[in-house]
Amino acid sequence: MRLMGKLSVVQKLEILSDAAKYDVSCASSGSKRKNTKNGLGNSSGMGICHSYTQDGRCVSLLKILLTNFCIFDCAYCVTRKSNDIRRTAFTVDEVVDLTINFYKRNYIEGLFLSSGIFKSADYTMERLVRVAKKLRKEHDFNGYIHLKAIPGASDELLYEAGLYADRLSVNIEMPSEKSLKLVAPEKSFKDAMEPMEYLKGAIQESKIERQKFRHAPKVSPGGQSTQLVIGASPENDKHILELSDQLYVEKKLKRVYYSGYVPISDDPRLPIVDKTPVLRENRLYQADWLMRFYKFDVNDIVNDEFPDLDIDIDPKAAHALRNPHLFPVDINKAEYHSILKIPGVGVKSAKKIIAARKFRKLNIEHLKKIGVIWKRAQFFIECGDSKYTVLNASSAIKRQFMLPAAKSTTISSTQLSLFQ
Amino acid sequence: MVELVFDGSYEGFLTCIFEMYIQKINDCTVVEQDHHQSKIFGEAIIVSTNEQHAERIINGIKDKTSKKVLAFIYSVFLQESTQIHNDLVYFIKMIFDGKAYKISDFGDSRILRLHKAKKMMGREVHRMHAFVRFQQLKDDLYVAIVNPDFNVLPLIGKHFKDRYPTMEWLIYDTKRSYGIFHSEGKIDVVNFEEHIDLYQEKIRHENLSSDELSYQKMWQAYFQSVNIKERNNTKLHERHVPRRYWTYLVEKWN
Repeated sequence: MRLMGKLSVVQKLEILSDAAKYDVSCASSGSKRKNTKNGLGNSSGMGICHSYTQDGRCVSLLKILLTNFCIFDCAYCVTRKSNDIRRTAFTVDEVVDLTINFYKRNYIEGLFLSSGIFKSADYTMERLVRVAKKLRKEHDFNGYIHLKAIPGASDELLYEAGLYADRLSVNIEMPSEKSLKLVAPEKSFKDAMEPMEYLKGAIQESKIERQKFRHAPKVSPGGQSTQLVIGASPENDKHILELSDQLYVEKKLKRVYYSGYVPISDDPRLPIVDKTPVLRENRLYQADWLMRFYKFDVNDIVNDEFPDLDIDIDPKAAHALRNPHLFPVDINKAEYHSILKIPGVGVKSAKKIIAARKFRKLNIEHLKKIGVIWKRAQFFIECGDSKYTVLNASSAIKRQFMLPAAKSTTISSTQLSLFQ
Repeated sequence: MVELVFDGSYEGFLTCIFEMYIQKINDCTVVEQDHHQSKIFGEAIIVSTNEQHAERIINGIKDKTSKKVLAFIYSVFLQESTQIHNDLVYFIKMIFDGKAYKISDFGDSRILRLHKAKKMMGREVHRMHAFVRFQQLKDDLYVAIVNPDFNVLPLIGKHFKDRYPTMEWLIYDTKRSYGIFHSEGKIDVVNFEEHIDLYQEKIRHENLSSDELSYQKMWQAYFQSVNIKERNNTKLHERHVPRRYWTYLVEKWN
């Protein structure tokens, strides 16, 4: 381990933000917190990305570790004990000062504080809570705070963390017990599930209390989230999405994040990956969206017959092509949920269609103007002037037309003539 | 066709609508005086802004619709486009004809255009919430300089007031040469002629507080180190943060 002489705050910031960046969660949404009269900050519930990194990810919170000293040796983690990196720690006051001053300049929505585990779970958790408490109590800070719930920390500390934080998260990281054991022998699924289960109870209880007493304390009003690392272990998409579905339904999580594995380590316990699976990660997010906002059942998206997502086309289009009996949907008559399942139609367009068709029968031109992506939707929509030949093309041909431009060059002229 | 020329203010625009009803002008367009070009054919009427008349139109709209629709109209108006202004006239006439419900007729291209304009305004407001960067001056005033695509300052004051109630702050629009200044819960519209330093594209270092540059450096360092180089995606980055906003952003200054 490399120990350094006294580091400046900016040096610490470089080290401890670099170490925190693989935690992809950066949401500042889901919690409404009003400002106090003389306080600093609020949360609107919408979330704001104040900047974006060069890799295109949202920068909403000051995301840092309190320290990168860690007693664990998880192969997937840059902060693992056996890794030869510079180690340092912020003081509580340094984190508070950075948060307040970045917030006042409108750089951030708030703080995301995680940590390596030093000494013990409780010792670490206690320090995270202390930062949040100081911000809330001494500085009247009402911006967003996301804290890590450290597995193994006492229920009392987790509860206290919930009183100051807008959202708490425990990362599962590896999508199965077997894979987790392989890369992090000291950890188990149970370690992550226990605090999640406790917090689920505490959050629900506080919601019920608040219905009875308006001033009952809020506990982690933005709920909980977690992260799964993708591509560092052999689980298929079906396994991953079923796990997410379970977390949404049973643990009432607000978000599951998917983090394409970035080869940060040459640890022999991990597979050799030459590229981060960004496309797969993207498809998983799309599938996750379908489950949360488009009323898709997880088995509509992945099942025993199709255990992995189609990398070339998005999961909604893949679903439509696999289920020709559900289409075409008559846009002027169908109910909202059927319209939501059409590729190229989003939540907003679907709502506009429902509103606009009360005034007149909608045709292709109307749909295009409303914002429907016609290139994709044309194969699945029936309206005043839709084309019979397009609707009745085979799934294979439709698929060809829905591929990104670079991949669809194989369409022959005979197939094209179908559409004349 | 008659052209009603107004001074560019919201009250001026509403006065035009008042005039249409009083003078029974059916076939006409409205145009800001800055966009007005004298034509050989057609008539132009210069409408002088009358706050009472504007107020009556506002109350009329409120009676027939809701605060939400009124806010919609105001927001869309601030897009400063002649076409949109005339689409608004079309919609406001509908309201007075008792057809306010047609606001959800997305099959009507003029109504749809208003909704699109609203969306563009919303996006620009959101970008201001995100990209405004304050710099602390020696006298503890926090200043941000912006040049938004549309006239959004009237729409963003409340957000920053709620967030920073104890700070004195100023957001200055260099494109339209005015700013909003907040102190003790009050927001005033300000024009600076004497404090020329404040509306240069950058604030001079000698005016900044002693800590300001060090926080800027820390923010820049943070921005560099949260990036994952293996995943660089410039196209995506620029779609989220279009280049025209980079001049605001402290993290883009070095």
